[in-house]
Amino acid sequence: MNFSDILTMRHELVLTLIALVILIIDLNLHNRDKHLIIPITLSLFFIHTVIGFLPSAPHILFGGMYHTTALLITMKNILNVGVLIILLQSVTWLKKEENREKISEYFILLFSTLIGMYFMISSGDFLMFYLGLELATIPIAALAAYTHHQSKSAEAGIKLILSSALSSGILLFGISLIYGATGSIYFDSIAKVYANTPMQVLSFIFFFTGMAFKISLVPFHLWTADVYEGAPINVTSYLSVISKGAAAFILVILMFTVFNTIAPIYNHILYLIAVLTMTIGNLFALRQKNMKRFLAFSSISQAGFILLGILGGNIMGMTAVVYFVLVYIFSNLGAFGVVSAISTVTGKETMDDYDGLYSTNPMLSLLMMLSLFSLAGIPPVAGFFGKFFLFASAASAGYYWLVFIAVLNATISLYYYLLVVKAMFINKNDKPLAYFKSDLATRAGLVLSCLGIFILGFWSQIYEIINSLTFGIIH
Amino acid sequence: MNILNLFIIVPVLTVCGILLTKDLKQSRLVSAIGMGVQLILAFVLVYMYLAERNAGNTATMLFMYDALWFPSLNIHYSLGVDGISVAMIALTGIVVFAGIFASWKMEYLPREFFISLIVLATGVFGFFISIDLFTMFLFYELAVIPMYILIGIWGTGPKEYSAMKLTLMLMAGSAMLMVGILGIYFFSAPAGTPLTFNLMEISKVHIPIEMQRFLFPFTFVGFGILGALFPFHTWSPDGHASAPTAVSMLHAGVLMKLGGYGAFRVAIFLMPEAAHEQAWIFLILTSISVVYGAFSAIVQNDLKYINAYSSVSHCGLVLFAVLMMNQTAMNGAIIQMISHGLMTALFFALIGMIYGRTHTRIIQEMGGLMKVIPFLGVVYVIAGLASLGLPGFSGFVAEMTIFVGSFQHVDVFHRVVTIVAASSIVITAVYILRVVGILLFGPIKNPHFLELTDAKWYERISTITLVLAITAIGTAPWWLSNMINYSLAPIVERLSAVQITGLF
Repeated sequence: MNFSDILTMRHELVLTLIALVILIIDLNLHNRDKHLIIPITLSLFFIHTVIGFLPSAPHILFGGMYHTTALLITMKNILNVGVLIILLQSVTWLKKEENREKISEYFILLFSTLIGMYFMISSGDFLMFYLGLELATIPIAALAAYTHHQSKSAEAGIKLILSSALSSGILLFGISLIYGATGSIYFDSIAKVYANTPMQVLSFIFFFTGMAFKISLVPFHLWTADVYEGAPINVTSYLSVISKGAAAFILVILMFTVFNTIAPIYNHILYLIAVLTMTIGNLFALRQKNMKRFLAFSSISQAGFILLGILGGNIMGMTAVVYFVLVYIFSNLGAFGVVSAISTVTGKETMDDYDGLYSTNPMLSLLMMLSLFSLAGIPPVAGFFGKFFLFASAASAGYYWLVFIAVLNATISLYYYLLVVKAMFINKNDKPLAYFKSDLATRAGLVLSCLGIFILGFWSQIYEIINSLTFGIIH
Repeated sequence: MNILNLFIIVPVLTVCGILLTKDLKQSRLVSAIGMGVQLILAFVLVYMYLAERNAGNTATMLFMYDALWFPSLNIHYSLGVDGISVAMIALTGIVVFAGIFASWKMEYLPREFFISLIVLATGVFGFFISIDLFTMFLFYELAVIPMYILIGIWGTGPKEYSAMKLTLMLMAGSAMLMVGILGIYFFSAPAGTPLTFNLMEISKVHIPIEMQRFLFPFTFVGFGILGALFPFHTWSPDGHASAPTAVSMLHAGVLMKLGGYGAFRVAIFLMPEAAHEQAWIFLILTSISVVYGAFSAIVQNDLKYINAYSSVSHCGLVLFAVLMMNQTAMNGAIIQMISHGLMTALFFALIGMIYGRTHTRIIQEMGGLMKVIPFLGVVYVIAGLASLGLPGFSGFVAEMTIFVGSFQHVDVFHRVVTIVAASSIVITAVYILRVVGILLFGPIKNPHFLELTDAKWYERISTITLVLAITAIGTAPWWLSNMINYSLAPIVERLSAVQITGLF
């Protein structure tokens, strides 16, 4: 291993470099010029995203602790595009007076978690995995408490760090049991010897609990609603989309490679948790009036669908999961983008405030409607394709009743998404939210989400590329 | 350029055109032109189809177009039509065209209204021209979702409730459909060969009977919810009553036929063994639909509810005939789809016109309208006579064919349900004549009605188009019937090949 090998850690190195550059610039800027960091960071991150798409060869580094393959690079690129949209959405909010001094902290914390996610995804053994996971978790708690003078935000931060600490502890216990049972922490070695003994199944359960917390599966979802509601809107977007997406990626990889041998056993667990998650997420979302809590429960329900792809147990399943997460990122960011734009300018966050929005802000209402349809799985937007392929992969393994339950849940979710559409288009309001013109960055973010929602579905190349990349994963 | 692709391109271009317009006058003009072009295309397609058949082309599906879409799943964007699809496309073209003119005075948010209407039409056209199950399903869902917006924004009465109930029930139907389609896909080819979503290729394969028994109810009920299968028809009365005129016309006239067409083309065609085994259950349900819908229509006082229940009854008859699975009955089912589509579109158009003048839909509050608005009155009587099956109009052709075909089954069960369903003829006559009598004849209830104006030019276009179509089919049904019969032949052949193992 020499210096040129280390350079293959492109994503991590470039992002660390960017974070350091921002830190240094911030130290040298006067308070009144702090807002200049925003365009600098955006351009640097845009360059980082573009660099990510450059071709690279597979590599294994640090004695097997870190590996990169085309699939992993694609996953990181997907996360990059999502973070780019979130950064664009955050611009207006960061320029506000109360956030001025903390602009660079926001970026540095965000990028730290993203670097952690990169390492988590690229890990070759449980130690690197755990390091990445912790690096991805702890700065988010600080981000959740970003507006700490508001009690809800501080509460969100504390809730997040305490529950993360507990679940990390459980996960680490599971990892130590795996080590005890198999004698190694390297994924390849473990995969070869993983068997059906009670100790190993137990270790899997502990490990899965820790991951289920990150993806907000039921019954490990209790932190989600309060944290999403208390955190600033852009941190909520990040949590619901990037944090969940990265955890879903690494979980699906591990389930298919390391834990493959106990697939018949974990399928039972996943079946039950999938049904519970979809149903309970939907039932609670029905009653929500605060848009952030509403989207929180909706994202809990969406996470349940991801499990269907894992249950598929084949290439189709893995492709479906990666594709679904990609589509979910764009759809959810479209919805969060609209909520964020409205919340930042007007401070309104409840569904009743959205009554009659179409009469004053037609473009925002239309984008919200399209994003919600994508989340519900209605054509012609990409969400339909994402859901269809997930259900197809579960059906390929014979889980027809589960598919039926899942599609019924999608119909129930359509009900509460239509409530928002009803509010915006149908409900009459004497004083709807006034028309406001979002600034360039917000509009760019919204346009990106909108384009993604349409293109990802119809342009079949994207699904096919992901499919070709997942080919080698499953034996 | 394949003519079938134009059926999608023209509506999309029309929607883009409407986006450029500014107000009602411009948007309705663009819509009328766009859907006029679509109507002409539909007639050209009929002509071209007949010409191809006369020239000796015996392929099952004509004007095929195929583009590989998702190679790894073998999903194609596959188009093709046979006689039945061509007839349904013609129906859709006529009803959509009439619907645009019925909405000539849509003042509130006209651009959005016409855009939603045309998106709905695109979904319907796409469904009829697709022969790939994935594409069909995509267009099917695309056709359902604009209903929520259309009824919710431009509807009357309990519109939010009706819109939500309709959308959720129809989506639940497509939920069941998704299970059915995925199941069919995974058994669409013998082990080792690539799976396919293509209708024609799947029809050559024998899906294992255990899977068929599981998938057939899902698929049939999934389509049946849209086709007003009892007891899943409850979305229909409120949905039709709350919807604006053109939306009711499109929905009862065309969308509900998606259910009948899908039940026939996907459920029964691809799973004939299970269809034979389980037909008796659905025959009971559909005959209840037919009779119950008709009885419910007798006691209604609101014109739209009467027509909605009448639609439940007639669409139930379509499913009833499709389940009979012989040449004559299925021929009748398709003629009934077209005939009822035209008739109910005409009814809803008329109801909209009458409501626009009298501002009430309760029949007891109106009376003697024949003296005041004779044009509309006469057209209403014509529609009513067609609906109750008077010879000379399409309703008679359809119903007679259905009942003759159904009675061809010699066993007791089929004959009993046929008699039960045939009793609907009498019940239909009761509610039709009741309405005609109270509404059009007798004393004028409200003196304000003496000043009502008769039909305007755009209303005359709308109604005369439909009356002409109904009369044409009624007096010269053979062109339609032959076109359908020819395309039914391979289907009937497949069905009778498995009849031996059926339950009855």
